[in-house]
Amino acid sequence: MRLWWEVARRSFHRHSTYRAATFAGVFTNTVFGFILASIMLAVFEERRDIGGFDAVDAVTFTWVAQGFLAAVGAFGGHLPLADRIKTGEVVVDLYRPADLMLFELAGDIGRAAFQVLIRATVPLAVGGLFFHLRLPSSASTWLLFIASLTIGLVVSFAIRFLVTLTTFWFLDYRAPSQMSTVVTMFLSGFLMPVVFFPDWLETTARALPFVTFVQLPIEVLMGKHTGADLVAVFAAQGAWAVVLLAVSRWALSLATRRVVIQGG
Amino acid sequence: MADSLGGNAVASPRELAHIYRKLAGARIRADWQYRGPFIGYTLTQGLITFLDFVQIAVIFNQVDQLAGWSVAEVAFLYGASSIAFHVGDAFISQCERAPQRVKSGEFDLLLIRPVPTLFHLCADDFAFRRFGKLIQSVVVFATALVVLDIDWSVAKVGMLVVMLISGTAIFAAVWVTTSAVAMWMIDATEIMNSFTYGSSFAAQYPLPVMAKWLRHFLTFVVPAAFVSYFPALFILDKPDPFGTPAWIRFAGPAVAVVLMLVARTTWSAAIRHYRSTGS
Repeated sequence: MRLWWEVARRSFHRHSTYRAATFAGVFTNTVFGFILASIMLAVFEERRDIGGFDAVDAVTFTWVAQGFLAAVGAFGGHLPLADRIKTGEVVVDLYRPADLMLFELAGDIGRAAFQVLIRATVPLAVGGLFFHLRLPSSASTWLLFIASLTIGLVVSFAIRFLVTLTTFWFLDYRAPSQMSTVVTMFLSGFLMPVVFFPDWLETTARALPFVTFVQLPIEVLMGKHTGADLVAVFAAQGAWAVVLLAVSRWALSLATRRVVIQGG
Repeated sequence: MADSLGGNAVASPRELAHIYRKLAGARIRADWQYRGPFIGYTLTQGLITFLDFVQIAVIFNQVDQLAGWSVAEVAFLYGASSIAFHVGDAFISQCERAPQRVKSGEFDLLLIRPVPTLFHLCADDFAFRRFGKLIQSVVVFATALVVLDIDWSVAKVGMLVVMLISGTAIFAAVWVTTSAVAMWMIDATEIMNSFTYGSSFAAQYPLPVMAKWLRHFLTFVVPAAFVSYFPALFILDKPDPFGTPAWIRFAGPAVAVVLMLVARTTWSAAIRHYRSTGS
């Protein structure tokens, strides 16, 4: 446990040194927050309610999403590990006396923790300044949100880890990585809340793991789930996390059998 | 530097065209060596870009119009902005990598070559896969043109052509300007991206949708509104809720020329003030 804590802490620290990148990310999220929130308001000029969302809900969703997208890895894609698989440096990672998957997970959690602290606060503050947002005042709702976001991050990690592992087979990870970005951005609620989808598509999206890291946590924050419904949300998130980590573990064991060490 | 092209002598257009074909051709051949991943990557890039249109489609699944614009009319805006942006992306966006080359010290290499630096940069990093993004723009735009019942006239056809050309010039100029600024402030490279990508994204929607300061920004600072919205008012015979004077609809080419002059000035200033990081 101590080891994973240290890995996460160092990852947090490493990301805190990328100041220019962090600032650029915050800036981009804020710019897109303005554009998307404007579009949302225009949409709700035409209608009062879409799938239980009113204008304030939609604008709140947009700004919260812009704040937390980077942290939960809602862009999909691959982990930096993919480059190490491509170059063969992954053998160094493999002969460490630590589990590769958990090592990467701890690192990803450290990264996410930093990005939540910095990248989320600015867009939310700016959004709150220029738009009417409906954020909960009770600390318990925020804690539930953080819990939901954390489980979502594990699901998102497992998906990105699986995409990364394809590098063992294809060596060029760009196409699988981009494909996962397309699917993730569309089905997670990143582009827009899935309640905007036609019914059949919303049902499909909700049956897939991608909603666990954008749509569901934000719905929890907005108080859309209470009582048994809330338990069901956490159960679904937890189930996806366990299943996908198990699949990741199995895929990793397959992949490592493919490693060929060159040189001598 | 003793050859016929030596020093700062600039090659003739014919020689440039020849060099461009050679450099870009080499890139394409290199990509084609790994054709599986190359084709996959080209297609997925197109798909990611197409998501922007999917977003529009999903919105119009819920509403019939957005600020008085129908789905086909917004598709027209999307197509115009997206085509201009991705033609620029295919041929000019390579200048985005100038700051990276400054950082790595490779920029010196470009300066001693007997061709214009910007030309060299764009030819050298030519990537055919960027056309994957252009294909979907053209498909959406063509569909919009077919679906929309446009009352065509010579002036409107002319405007359509002018719109695409000046729109491409506008985005290309924004790209060069932002890259030149990023050469001064290397750390600002990614911030500059939100000007290029952000403005082209906003230009996919009717201008009245945007918050007031964004409208002003898109008209006066990064004038992406001249790429799609203003020309579209003329071609689609739409009224402007802000009552802008009619000539604004035709101002695209003038805006493009001004922006290109700005781009030229900033770029040469960036090159003049460039100090090598090499030893």
